[in-house]
Amino acid sequence: MSSITKKERDFHHLSKPWNVVFNLIAGIFAFLCVFPFLFVVIISFTDEGVLARDGYKLIPEKWSLGAYRYVFESGDMLLRSYGVTIFVTVIGTIVSLLFIAFYAYAISRKSFRYRNFFAFFAFFTMLFNGGLVPTYIIVTQFLGLKDSIWALILPLAVNAFYIMILRTFYSTSVPDAIIESGKIDGAGEFRIFLTLVLPLSLPGLATIALFSTLGYWNDWFNALLYIDNPNLVPLQSMLMRIETSMQFILQNSQNSSLSLEALRSMPQDTSRMAMVVLATGPIIFAYPFFQRYFIQGLTVGAVKE
Amino acid sequence: MKKTSGFIKNIINNKVMLLMVLPGALWFLFFSYLPMMGAVIAFKEYRFSRDGFWASIIDSKWVGMDNFKFLFTTNDAYIITRNTLLYNGAFIVLGLILSVLMAIVLSEIVNKKLAKVYQTGMFLPYFLSWVVVGYFAFSFLSSERGMLNQVMEFMGMESVQWYSEKKYWPFILIFVYLWKAVGYNSVVYLAAIMGIDKSLYEAAMIDGASKFQQIRNITLPLLNPIITIMTLLAIGKIFYADFGLFYQVPRNSGTLYSVTNVIDTYVYQGLKTTGEIGMSTAAGLYQSVVGFVLVMTSNYIVRKYNKDSALF
Repeated sequence: MSSITKKERDFHHLSKPWNVVFNLIAGIFAFLCVFPFLFVVIISFTDEGVLARDGYKLIPEKWSLGAYRYVFESGDMLLRSYGVTIFVTVIGTIVSLLFIAFYAYAISRKSFRYRNFFAFFAFFTMLFNGGLVPTYIIVTQFLGLKDSIWALILPLAVNAFYIMILRTFYSTSVPDAIIESGKIDGAGEFRIFLTLVLPLSLPGLATIALFSTLGYWNDWFNALLYIDNPNLVPLQSMLMRIETSMQFILQNSQNSSLSLEALRSMPQDTSRMAMVVLATGPIIFAYPFFQRYFIQGLTVGAVKE
Repeated sequence: MKKTSGFIKNIINNKVMLLMVLPGALWFLFFSYLPMMGAVIAFKEYRFSRDGFWASIIDSKWVGMDNFKFLFTTNDAYIITRNTLLYNGAFIVLGLILSVLMAIVLSEIVNKKLAKVYQTGMFLPYFLSWVVVGYFAFSFLSSERGMLNQVMEFMGMESVQWYSEKKYWPFILIFVYLWKAVGYNSVVYLAAIMGIDKSLYEAAMIDGASKFQQIRNITLPLLNPIITIMTLLAIGKIFYADFGLFYQVPRNSGTLYSVTNVIDTYVYQGLKTTGEIGMSTAAGLYQSVVGFVLVMTSNYIVRKYNKDSALF
């Protein structure tokens, strides 16, 4: 990072032509990464009729806000899904942070007699798992979470990898002396954790919280497995469902006259793209500000105890 | 007698810490260890029982290795194993080359602010779900409206029914994977490059080494340990495919299965579509066991190479 301040280090600089080439390589790749999103935004602002005739165009003949108007007017589905996603993301992040922060702290403490056992108990799950089918059966038949909002929260709540990252973080950034001093002052373990350890480990917790938030916001897999109730469908999963319900109606539209009406009321191409934009918008706007925490998490993860 | 009271004393002495691990430990029990035990249904003919979960497992008839035999006598086992290994192999090799290349390119760009902007752009796909990426791919590949067919028609070529032509999909899937992963993976290598002692470059400069000689003789050799470790860890996971990529991007198109079906999608279909519970549990267990052996082996090699970087 200090390299930014040392402007005089010219020996380290590329020659001008090569600098241009390197800028082009990175610039083009970066553009490629952003372009599909811009394209979908353009499609969502295209007039439906023009789109049906010309296909997806970079510069459509006619722009329109129709898709967004449609989405907001018939926006029941979107609003409900937004609600589900926000609820799941907020509660999920809190639950997951609590579980992970306590677990990681306990196994980071040398005075905890069973730390090795519980460290292994968590760690082993990174090496071996029972597979999708037994997990599905346990969640639906044993825990009874089918069509429950907790089926969207609990399966993602704990992750051994985050525990390992956070344990490393505690043991490198919270000196034993601080904990000892707390003990001498007569504070109990919980107080030590809350008043001494927590403030010191905020950057680590923030990283885990952001990973967790992103995980919940983008999750569709658990909804695909466990949710049939249309009132509990999160955003990402709703995006999948409007797709399949469209296909279903299209496939069956020759057979029945009823479905034609249903077809007309379904969101069309532009509205679907508008929903994609609305579902990703918050992340696109937020991530540049949080990027460095993700980078920190990635690089901390590479260093272990 | 003395031993048990010692044990109880230990529990009491550690009660706060035990309370702290309790929620997480219960989670691991329910979401990891019970499913591991539940994997016995790979050796059973699973029948759902009204008396609940335990009854279902216990009452189901033992069939020994029949599920595995059935799985491996079909062509499916071969296809899904081949696809999983080949795709992941391509992801590892091409992903490594591109990520290291991008990291070096970003680290050498003179204007650091611009480099930061590029990096932010490249990082974007990491934050998107596979559902959204599936829509992105559709906006290019849709046969009537997609941009790719429009461009091809414009250039006088015939348009392609992308979602039913098998031969293009290995390239499409590899492209989409790289698009999503390279920006993210290059972060790790970029951090490693930033950590290289600058005086090494200074010395090389005094000796008259060109920028490219510096990259070849300083940057790459010093990246070597982290490259080796990242690659070995990826090899440890080579039996696990990214479900989202293979499920969302080809839009579950049946005609493409022979080139898009991987172990994870196969297990999912067995569970949710075809209802072959026993066989798909068997496929999942096959994945877990081989995956376990691979992780242990690759970790063993990492340990030999650099003890600090091993997973355990």
